[in-house]
Amino acid sequence: MSITIARSLDLKGLSCPLPIIKTAKAMKELAPGQLLEAFATDPGSVPDFKAWSQTTGNPLIEFDQVVGVFHFVLKKKES
Amino acid sequence: MSVVTVDRPLETIEEKKPEVADRLVIFAWSGELDKLWPTMILATTGAAMGKETTVFFTFWGLFPLVKNQVRITGENWMQKMMSMMNRGGDEHLKLSKMNFGGAGPAMMMHLAKEHHVASPHELMEIAKEMGVHLIPCQMTMDMLGLKQEDLIEGLEPPAGATKALADAQGAITLFI
Repeated sequence: MSITIARSLDLKGLSCPLPIIKTAKAMKELAPGQLLEAFATDPGSVPDFKAWSQTTGNPLIEFDQVVGVFHFVLKKKES
Repeated sequence: MSVVTVDRPLETIEEKKPEVADRLVIFAWSGELDKLWPTMILATTGAAMGKETTVFFTFWGLFPLVKNQVRITGENWMQKMMSMMNRGGDEHLKLSKMNFGGAGPAMMMHLAKEHHVASPHELMEIAKEMGVHLIPCQMTMDMLGLKQEDLIEGLEPPAGATKALADAQGAITLFI
């Protein structure tokens, strides 16, 4: 099964709260069910993305880390 | 032995999910750089989390809302003196600690730039864009002689404590 990413965000180098703000803005433009991936370097973004996903109800379906870069995949919730 | 029967439906005794407030209200009372900063970080983040977010600016908190190019505000000598001693505008904010006559804030802004941290000014613009309600306190404006035209664009009409508390009902509230 292949995953289609609708939008990819480069948030590397940005500090709190910009990664979440940019992600929230981009997620607004997605249709329900579409996927967004984000790359961040701020270690604080790890708990922040998890918390944002939980409180807004948009599932964080994938999270991995490759040499200091955090990779998140969020799915826009069905409204 | 007596048996107690429970006539409530079972669901009500099941673990309830913690209620999530869908609104955030911040009372911005301090006018310093290091207080305005977290205020704007939390306000923009609240909006990013989908919360209806309001910042109510009161007392010293109003000075950062003065336009940077406006030097003296107020109508009488006391109000004018106050604005001379405490210049308004988000480019003229002091630190609550280690201000060192303005060297502290300059260093802080430099560090922020180096670490790609958005400045309070940038966050204020983001907040407006995201629909955060920025409300100046009418009473403080009157007391300090601040006029609507002294303040930055994009604010909502000035209001009082009742409006602020009405907005705060059932919301997460912070006093910074």
